[in-house]
Amino acid sequence: MKFSLNDHFALRIKEAGIAVETMVGHAPSLRVEVSNWARVAGVAREAGLRLVAEWAVQDREGYSVHAAFAKKEMGYVLLKTKLKAEEERFPSLVPHYVAAARMERVIHDMFGLSPVGHPDLRPWIKHEHWPEDAYPLKKEFDAETNMPRKEGTYPFIQTEGEGAYEIPVGPVHAGIIEPGHFRFLAVGEKILNLEERLGYVHKGIEKRMEGREIHSAARLAARISGDATVAHSWAFSLAAEQAIGMEVSARAPFIRGVLCERERMANHIGDIGAICNDAAWSFMHMQCLRLREEMARVHERLFGHRLLMDCIIPGGVIRDLDDEGIEMILDQTQAVAREMTDLFAIYEDQTSIRERVIDSGAVPPGVAQELGLLGFAGRSIEVDTDARRDAAYPPYNLYPPVVKVCRGGDVSARLWIRFEEIQASAHLIRTFLSHIPKGKVRDACPFPCEGNWGFSVVESWRGEIAVWIHFGAKGKVDRCYVRDPSMINWLGLELAVREVPVPDFPLNNKSFNCSYSGHDL
Amino acid sequence: MQRILRKILKIGTVTQPPGKAGNKIDLLGEQLNGAIRRHFQGSLAIRQVDAGSCNGCELEIHALNNPYYDIERFGIHFVASPRHADLLLVTGPVTRNMETALKMTYDAVPNPKLVVAVGDCAVCGGEFGCSYASSGKVQNVIPVNVAVHGCPPSPTDLIQGILAAIGTRS
Repeated sequence: MKFSLNDHFALRIKEAGIAVETMVGHAPSLRVEVSNWARVAGVAREAGLRLVAEWAVQDREGYSVHAAFAKKEMGYVLLKTKLKAEEERFPSLVPHYVAAARMERVIHDMFGLSPVGHPDLRPWIKHEHWPEDAYPLKKEFDAETNMPRKEGTYPFIQTEGEGAYEIPVGPVHAGIIEPGHFRFLAVGEKILNLEERLGYVHKGIEKRMEGREIHSAARLAARISGDATVAHSWAFSLAAEQAIGMEVSARAPFIRGVLCERERMANHIGDIGAICNDAAWSFMHMQCLRLREEMARVHERLFGHRLLMDCIIPGGVIRDLDDEGIEMILDQTQAVAREMTDLFAIYEDQTSIRERVIDSGAVPPGVAQELGLLGFAGRSIEVDTDARRDAAYPPYNLYPPVVKVCRGGDVSARLWIRFEEIQASAHLIRTFLSHIPKGKVRDACPFPCEGNWGFSVVESWRGEIAVWIHFGAKGKVDRCYVRDPSMINWLGLELAVREVPVPDFPLNNKSFNCSYSGHDL
Repeated sequence: MQRILRKILKIGTVTQPPGKAGNKIDLLGEQLNGAIRRHFQGSLAIRQVDAGSCNGCELEIHALNNPYYDIERFGIHFVASPRHADLLLVTGPVTRNMETALKMTYDAVPNPKLVVAVGDCAVCGGEFGCSYASSGKVQNVIPVNVAVHGCPPSPTDLIQGILAAIGTRS
């Protein structure tokens, strides 16, 4: 995990005449006065930093608000401010970073802290039937609380334009997908505005993390978003290991890398098929479903789980690969990559599908930069972000990926980049497995000390996952914050589908394929 | 077009023919097909509802439609509206925010209806359990006929669960 941005940014803050204090730890952190919170974000923005996440923490002394920023190839920096006693507010970062909007709404819902200057403080995760004074992430709030229900409505954005009408969709959608509500304002068949209403799958993951011991918390982390279970487990494990100050054996990161790249391939393949299916091209859908199933079967055979859940744990990985296993993975990865090359040629020939995807749902380039779109969604519109390169966690520090970006930002670009990344992942898997060091793959995880904290990022197939963890008494988790890439990419979808015909929304939604569960926590 | 045809010919049929000895899916599939013929005139319509899952169960439910399992050959299809459904496949612990939507979906399914709770979360609350945000297992919110364990259950487990649910009808 690379924190070289820390010193650079501390200097920039000092140059701006703002007092800053460095807190030394495994994950160094800068501390500023609460009155300077938004000013510092202004400095960050001027320095071209991307906002990674903003979250709140409560400890014995009161509340603090944290943020993480990043810059290409320079790594990450953590920022923290303590709120004054009895003063439950802090300056909002939204004027500098739009992406902070929903994160601050969550802080407001969960802690009751007010971001001053936030333009839209409608409840987000806290649906209308929750009691107003329920703030689940406050320490005094009991996780088992049975909250009474009340009546209420959510004020959606309205329009009064002539001929404009509303289409409510969800939370239960017409397919095998997760729940969420979409409110379209449409004119004719074109979308004027899409407003997302999420939070339906809020399971209280952050609250449930509190008080768990490390391995039990890792099991929960593996279930934040099932399709990215490997990456979430990895991100959690890295943060926990960093907090403890432990190094895993040299072999473990290579196996972790192989699993994560396999997950990336499987999901990209699944998505390519599903996007084509939404444009009524079932040939591609069936081919992709077949390849995905074949990958799942190999995972079951070698790791005992089709989705590789709970395979990465703090301390290493649960199973090693023997020579036969390595060969099986190499062979299959190569075969799948080759088939995807064939399928890409077929896809490129298919004018009817090309017509549907080209120019559909293009994110304006400035908007994508402004939001800091993550993963393939960002890379399809020249936002060159990849945690594997920027944070350089092992094994990517030794074998960095070639990060491809492209222009366009439409469904076609989001498809193209997936085809490219499948090949890149296959290449990485080959590299990892031909350079894998010998040794054990799992070490006992030392007991975390009270007050240890860690921060890590992992590039999931969907984009960068960020995890911040703080341990409390008896080595139990005191607070674990997780930012799934969907937290940011959902904003991208809203802006991409303007002017898109309503019937093309599923195509666009699938091309982003954000996680509801990862967002709602 | 030529390329597509070539690919189709090259891959052939990956779906194993029914009745092949030792193949669990096909043995189950035959029973399933028979039961669906007897009780649902050859066609069982399923509506899937995610009431709070991590989406792992959804991936395995999707897999039922892949060419290996091809569950449609046994007379099962997934429908877009609960009003068209004979059976609800419910995943996840029921979150507080999904409780009303799940009840409304259940009510919209015409009687007599079947409910299969899919995955450990739906069966017993799983890792998430009961909390301010979650009502735990599906049975706490709507009646359940059959529970399918697993995190997530494999496609084979799912077929067995659906078969067991139809079995409660006879």
